[in-house]
Amino acid sequence: MAEFTMPSLGADMDEGTLQEWLVQPGDVVRKGDPVAVVETAKSAIEVECFETGRMGELLVEPGTTVPVGTPLALIEPTAEGAGKPRKTEDEPPVRPVPAPVSAPTAGQDRGHIEAGPLVRHLAEQTGVDLEAVRGSGPGGRLTRTDVEQAAAATTAAARARVRATPLARRLAAERDIDLATVTGTGGDFAIRAADVREAAPRPEAPPPRHPAAPGRPAHPPEDRTAAMRRAIAGLMTRANRDIPHYYLSTTIDMAPAMEWLHEHNRRIPVAERILPAALLLKAAALAAREVPSLNGFWADDRFTAGEGVHLGVAVSLRGGGLVAPALHDADALELGELMTALKDLVARARTGRLRGSEVSDPTITVTNLGDQGVETVFGVIYPPQVALVGFGRIVDRPCAVDGLLGVRPVVTATLSADHRATDGAVGAHYLTAVDHLLRNPEQL
Amino acid sequence: MNRTEALDAVKESIAQAVPDADLAGLGLDDPFRDALEMDSLDFLGFIEILSERTGVRIDDEDTPRLTTLSGSADLLVARTE
Repeated sequence: MAEFTMPSLGADMDEGTLQEWLVQPGDVVRKGDPVAVVETAKSAIEVECFETGRMGELLVEPGTTVPVGTPLALIEPTAEGAGKPRKTEDEPPVRPVPAPVSAPTAGQDRGHIEAGPLVRHLAEQTGVDLEAVRGSGPGGRLTRTDVEQAAAATTAAARARVRATPLARRLAAERDIDLATVTGTGGDFAIRAADVREAAPRPEAPPPRHPAAPGRPAHPPEDRTAAMRRAIAGLMTRANRDIPHYYLSTTIDMAPAMEWLHEHNRRIPVAERILPAALLLKAAALAAREVPSLNGFWADDRFTAGEGVHLGVAVSLRGGGLVAPALHDADALELGELMTALKDLVARARTGRLRGSEVSDPTITVTNLGDQGVETVFGVIYPPQVALVGFGRIVDRPCAVDGLLGVRPVVTATLSADHRATDGAVGAHYLTAVDHLLRNPEQL
Repeated sequence: MNRTEALDAVKESIAQAVPDADLAGLGLDDPFRDALEMDSLDFLGFIEILSERTGVRIDDEDTPRLTTLSGSADLLVARTE
């Protein structure tokens, strides 16, 4: 019998609130399946299962706050249910199967279906099989309306049996909501508590919480901003106290990259367009592969290289604060894939649907403040990582080119690095690699 | 497409790309990207939705004309004439 414990979702987390179970006792779960939603000071995160088996007893009630490492549920390993044998039992709790890449890519093997990513995304959300839908757009292209109509038909048919999590059912009963009227956003489009909350406002007097396992109630939403600030304050104070940062900066000529990008974007559908940010991220990831001593963690007085380049991307949240979830194996993604993954990651970061594996394991982080208009950013490293890469805004500047003065788009790339792990020469090597990659965009 | 339809398409596309955007306080000639704090991903989402909704292809070179509601509507009207 294995225990499913409260995972550590980042260096700034000591405790978490179990917000919702996505499974019930008896359900068969596979390694990597999301099984619970955990609320940290920063966001609500879908936590994946690290074991294949059958859910046993759920030890902690939703709404309970417990320290990292507390057992939350039991999982009975099964030989049959899974299809493939378990490998090792001692893997860290939330180390992922690579995050399933979402809707747009999922449809790519059916190349004959003409539909933009937005339409594919809508289809995924509403559970519509695109192969079964007739496109009414030009050239048989699928439109939003086609998918919406198909979704309406599907919903009507599925009304008989609605998939919903236990908490969602309870909330729906409390608020007198017909679950059939709620759109599910969970796995297999199951309805989750968040969907019910969205469908109906909180009742006048909130029902009493179940008298549950010991623990404190979750942060009320109005405390969220304050809790987020406290979490950031704690982590950044630690970073500034413990990490002897050194800082490097260089100005990179972006003319070749921007020309390449405009040319590329002219030839492809609008929905597959690539932003300069994707080029910068890809260059940062490839350079991290080239200079592995900046890609990893400092712990117990020594450096451990990361397994793969999992690029943390700093995402500012609309209500204030930020998160820096990982783009897994960013160095191996094609630019188009990276762009799709980035859109998906940012959207989920802002709606609070990140996965445990994404928040727990970035190996190096990039902050791109170009959209905020600044030219240079020197960031603070996220412990236990050892480097943070910063990109500013791409601006037109006078430059000497081949002995003549010209106007070129340039970007300032910076590196904040941990002097315990590396010296300036290594950092310089890294920024030179970024520069070289961006001047040769066809290599990205 | 007439100007009213174009303006509606622009507003609805923004609302869809940035669900929490407050369009009520936005003037026709205000630069909406700054006013609504749209980053480059939000803006790209807006262009995707607008293109898909109206059938007008919008290239990188067109984006300088998409800074205000009226500028965006003008572009759509010109392209669908």
